[in-house]
Amino acid sequence: MEMTYIKAINSALMEEMRRDENVFMMGEDVGELGGAFKATEGLLEAFGEERVIDTPISEALIVGAGIGAAVLGMRPIVEMQFADFISCAFDQIVNMAATTRYRHGGRAECPLVVRAPSGAGIHGALFHSQNPEAWFTRVPGLKVVAPATVYDAKGLLKAAIRDNNPVIYFEHKRLYRSIKEDLPDADFTVPIGAAEIRKEGTDLSLITYGGTLGQSLDAAKIVEKEDGLAVEVLDLRTLLPLDRDAILATARKTGKVLVVHEDRLTGGIGGEVAAIISEHAFEFLDGPVRRLCALDTHVAFSPPLEEAILPNTNKIVDAIRSLAAY
Amino acid sequence: MPQAEGARVQPETAARVEYELQLYYWMKLIRAFEDRVSRLHRQNKIMGGVYSGAGQEAICTGICAPLKDGDFVAPLHRDLGVFLVRGCDPARLMAQLMGKETGLSRGKDSFLHGGDMEHLIFGSTSMLGSSLPVAVGAALKFRMKREKNIAVAFFGEGASSRGDVHEAMNFAGVQKLPVLFVCENNRYAYSTPLEKQMAIDDVADRAEAYGFKGHVVSGNDLLAVLEVSERVIAHVRAGEGPALIECKTYRYRGHSEHDAALYRDQEELLEWQTRDPIPQYELFLEKKGHDLKHIREQIDERTHRVVQEAVDFAEQSPLPKPEEALEDLYAPNSGAVSKAK
Repeated sequence: MEMTYIKAINSALMEEMRRDENVFMMGEDVGELGGAFKATEGLLEAFGEERVIDTPISEALIVGAGIGAAVLGMRPIVEMQFADFISCAFDQIVNMAATTRYRHGGRAECPLVVRAPSGAGIHGALFHSQNPEAWFTRVPGLKVVAPATVYDAKGLLKAAIRDNNPVIYFEHKRLYRSIKEDLPDADFTVPIGAAEIRKEGTDLSLITYGGTLGQSLDAAKIVEKEDGLAVEVLDLRTLLPLDRDAILATARKTGKVLVVHEDRLTGGIGGEVAAIISEHAFEFLDGPVRRLCALDTHVAFSPPLEEAILPNTNKIVDAIRSLAAY
Repeated sequence: MPQAEGARVQPETAARVEYELQLYYWMKLIRAFEDRVSRLHRQNKIMGGVYSGAGQEAICTGICAPLKDGDFVAPLHRDLGVFLVRGCDPARLMAQLMGKETGLSRGKDSFLHGGDMEHLIFGSTSMLGSSLPVAVGAALKFRMKREKNIAVAFFGEGASSRGDVHEAMNFAGVQKLPVLFVCENNRYAYSTPLEKQMAIDDVADRAEAYGFKGHVVSGNDLLAVLEVSERVIAHVRAGEGPALIECKTYRYRGHSEHDAALYRDQEELLEWQTRDPIPQYELFLEKKGHDLKHIREQIDERTHRVVQEAVDFAEQSPLPKPEEALEDLYAPNSGAVSKAK
């Protein structure tokens, strides 16, 4: 059935809540309104207000209460209305959820999903454009996923819900209604921890995830046509744990790697990817690992500023050409 | 306005008498355990932060005694007594404090952070007050599953200044959840006295603003705590919504064993020690005609033995192996089987 990215999220929620009565949903405006983006539309009608809970504006409570229910065997899905607001729940995620199993000596489980609509390019300005994934990808005990396709949006959300650990699920707002895909009717999941080659190539590897996958594939097509470059595009899909094997395999194959993400440059996932490659595939490299990311600033509002800050297809094309020429 | 509520005469039964003696045992065990922990810390046998709850035994005992199997408790960092009263094995608790493999967290975290999920004791983090939202989530589960259990969250008056406490109480009030909030007001947040923490006298006053009732009780008077807790817990369990019990008490030792608490007036400490919960309760037992000397001897012998056995077990237990540092980070996946019945 053909559906959008947001519909894929909605149908994953619907199907998992139907499959397992311990799955429930909690967040700001998720019930009556169906979510600020309609991701939870129809859930209240289908499952009632005990399993689709509208909360006050209390992010720490939302995550903390999710943890309390999760350690007692429930499978809560909690929503941060915007990923930007996840900072208000930072302590509950990194100090409480991520350490629950460790500090209980392996005698507790916290099967919690935190859904976080992230990403820029929608004129959201400073507090509705953030990509805060890298704050969490260095926190052991968490898993972090960032689907870039409609199929993965559904499959990774189902995998996250069925996982026995806290998973942060970053869904990119710009993709919600801009991409469509025909999905199988049968139940499927996408494994957490596995990257995926989106396009094979031999000249250069482009490693990306989330909101910049589409732009990266567009750029790869352009340089293929105009420059005859065969770019391999690897979609990380999971940011914690990183699929090191897939990262190293593509780096060894092409010898040149460009990492692209919409999150800022400094301290972003790209730095970790570059370090993994330089540590373990150094002798295969024919050039420096380059990064194309958002500028090290806040995502500004006015269109010329926003455009200057964020990666886009043209900037990726330029970065590919520059690295290819190295 | 919250009212100070005094002790009430209980109907006399053999079971009640036995229960009252058990309460005495618990308070004495907590004190003996705490004293031993302080000593072990001075001997460098327990490292890291040690946060004594000496002087606050009546609260852990009086709140936990009326609880039932399946109730969820989120103690604060000073509530060693909660572990003992809820049935945690004292030997494993001592091993926990010594960082041993046999401890609750297998050496992963210090002091009380290990929790004991077998007895539904959820380990706290050092971010005080953060456990309140968690307890609210446990209460949410109980209600969703139509279970007659309740969640209890302990916090200090210090933690009451944190936003998590507000968020948790507000949501619990909105949803009328079966959760009991217990404030142990010991007058100091580390070194910061009450008057620098809040502009009101009673934390319990805040409950009304969240739509439920706050109770103030002398936290050094076991009977007073019990009188309120038994009644309030019954209400919470019956689905009448959350409640807050504020127990006024005093921290005998410093914030941690490293803290000499020189910021406090020594006379204040001595004054509070005249209201020590244990002699107060002994007076009650004596008035009821018990042979106190005999009971005390028996119980001292028993608590000494339990604590000594715990120390022996902990000292003989192995330390974790270095490679275990990477264990217990992630739970294995079990094919999407959820645990709640």
